[in-house]
Amino acid sequence: MSAHVVFDQVVKRYDDTDILRDFSFAAEKGEKVVLIGASGSGKSTVLRILMTLEQIQDGEVYIDGEPLWHESGKPGKLASEAYLRHMRTKVGMVFQQFNLFPHMTALRNVIEAPIRVLKTPRKEAEERGQELLERVGLSARCDAFPAQLSGGQQQRVAIARALAMRPEIMLFDEPTSALDPEMVGEVQAVIRELAEESDLTMLIATHEMRFARDVADRICFLNKGQILEEGPPEEVLVNPQEERTQLFLRSLLEDSVSN
Amino acid sequence: MLFGIHWDTSGTTLDFALSILPILLIGLKVTIEATIFGFVLALVLGLVLAILRSSRFRIVSWMAWFVIEFLRDTPLLVQLFFLFYVLPLYGVSLPALVIGIIGLGAQYSAYCAEVYRGGIEAIDRGQWEAAHALDLSRIMTYKDIILPQAIPRVIPALGTYLVAMIKDAPLLSAITVLDMMAASTIIGDQTYNYLVPLSIVGALFFISTLVASFLVHKLDRALPKTGIPMK
Amino acid sequence: MSVYDIFRTLLNGLQITIELTVLSTILGALFSFVFGVGKISRIRIFRFFSTAYVEIFRGTSLIVQLFWLYYALPLLGVSFNSFVIGTFALALNIGAYGAEVVRGALQTVPKGQGEASLALGFSPWQRLVRVLLPQAVPEMMPTFINLAIQNLKDSAIVSLISLTDLTYYANNLQNLTYDTLRIYTVTLFMYFFLALLMSWGLGMLERYLRRWKLQAR
Repeated sequence: MSAHVVFDQVVKRYDDTDILRDFSFAAEKGEKVVLIGASGSGKSTVLRILMTLEQIQDGEVYIDGEPLWHESGKPGKLASEAYLRHMRTKVGMVFQQFNLFPHMTALRNVIEAPIRVLKTPRKEAEERGQELLERVGLSARCDAFPAQLSGGQQQRVAIARALAMRPEIMLFDEPTSALDPEMVGEVQAVIRELAEESDLTMLIATHEMRFARDVADRICFLNKGQILEEGPPEEVLVNPQEERTQLFLRSLLEDSVSN
Repeated sequence: MLFGIHWDTSGTTLDFALSILPILLIGLKVTIEATIFGFVLALVLGLVLAILRSSRFRIVSWMAWFVIEFLRDTPLLVQLFFLFYVLPLYGVSLPALVIGIIGLGAQYSAYCAEVYRGGIEAIDRGQWEAAHALDLSRIMTYKDIILPQAIPRVIPALGTYLVAMIKDAPLLSAITVLDMMAASTIIGDQTYNYLVPLSIVGALFFISTLVASFLVHKLDRALPKTGIPMK
Repeated sequence: MSVYDIFRTLLNGLQITIELTVLSTILGALFSFVFGVGKISRIRIFRFFSTAYVEIFRGTSLIVQLFWLYYALPLLGVSFNSFVIGTFALALNIGAYGAEVVRGALQTVPKGQGEASLALGFSPWQRLVRVLLPQAVPEMMPTFINLAIQNLKDSAIVSLISLTDLTYYANNLQNLTYDTLRIYTVTLFMYFFLALLMSWGLGMLERYLRRWKLQAR
């Protein structure tokens, strides 16, 4: 398996409902994939499974050829916490609700994990933290607490925080859905820049179609826990083959027009 | 006389009251000592119990639950008697005040454990998820993310228990601790005037609880609600 | 003495403990309502006395209150027995805490309720009893249950004024046989089970009241 991320017939059940059924998916190294779909289609779940926030009932997920939920070489044995922690360092996530630590300054939010987990010396972590905050345009607000920052600024700090751990894969779970319209642009700009300049593998779940078109190498339309259609943005967004894809895109357009 | 101070039954009630005031104040000192040490013990033990309670091992968590419930639902007075009479049987001979402190600390640790648990559970799930995504271990998450946010939120609740403990402290007089309550009883036994000492003791308690509430209030205002700040 | 014998002896005190707890809780509930309502009354005198009552009995120690009443009441010429004094002291104490609960619960009832009843011509008394209290009562129950259990634990204090409750018998037994560990362990467990019983029973009452509140809508 040369792909960076592979989902192999994954089943995810919650109570009695199947959120993902025989879900298979692959992303190459450095590929930017955008997941679109209605709420409940499973796009957030895919990201959360990769981030080990959710467990799977069947199937397997592979990062760089190594299984995530079972230790390689020990089939049938569920992965230990130590193994998961090791795999987890390869993945970073930006949440819809930012989830910044409210009692820490922006800089501290960014350097906390590198210091504690990667054991980076404080000075080095601070330098890199400043760099990252500058990259997302917030070098002047290093010492601000989240309560003093706008939503857009908080989300940008969250992006810097995730990047500080040097992940191979970056996940964005509806990064702008909780933002007021004026601030959506600044966050999207940061993500777009990241997509253009870095060779990170990025998986983004979003409703914003224009943003998806700008950022994606490939778009996957999810419906009821399955990939209904996928391909380059020009194909899926402009010329969708499946009827349900067409319906979904049309409904989004109507929403944005009426807004 | 008591504590080396004589009282004056010859004059008016006011003279009597003033003469026993120093005696009762010495007793107050004992009461406050017991409360402070007992509360510190309760805070620490309560944290231990709360952590055990949220352990991933069912047995540990259940045992912690049982200890908490048992301490919470049984009278402090009986717990004190238990400790006072049972400990010496096992060769542990401690001064009555220490036994009293242990008793107070034990019962209130159960209350504190519940308060901690409530505070921790009130923290938004997103914080746990963000820490998880950043690969922080459980211990690190508790230490740097969860506890600094939980502690300021629980201070008011813990404060009410501090005040409650002040009012429970006189129970120690039942296990021969020479506190404010015991002093007033001794004075009463010897002068046949119980009401004056008891009234003074009542007033002293009232003042103590007011002061304690005030201090808790100040502490509450001093810490930001978002959590203990970390730079 | 076997554990069973210990238990049988302690049963003598159990009756007093139960009677004491039940009576003082009911009486305390009554005080709670009277003074809880009084604290937010528009009549200043009521407010003053209610606030004074709550502050005094919440701000001072129960054991001090108990002893004070024990020595004070006979001086007033009324020679009560220990049981009545104990019940009264416990009731006054729990009543003060309960009053705050009643007050708080009444204040969570939406203002519109009071205004609507006024507009409909209800008298203040009717407004209180027919509109506000029924809505407030289910809110109070969880805390009341805690207070009731607290009362059960506090009842042990009456042993200090020689009232022959469970704790008194335990102490007596310990003086006679020195079988300390088992005596007090049995005593603690008896209180524990009483508390669980109370918690369960009052929980059923709470559920009944909630259903009643929903039906009335």
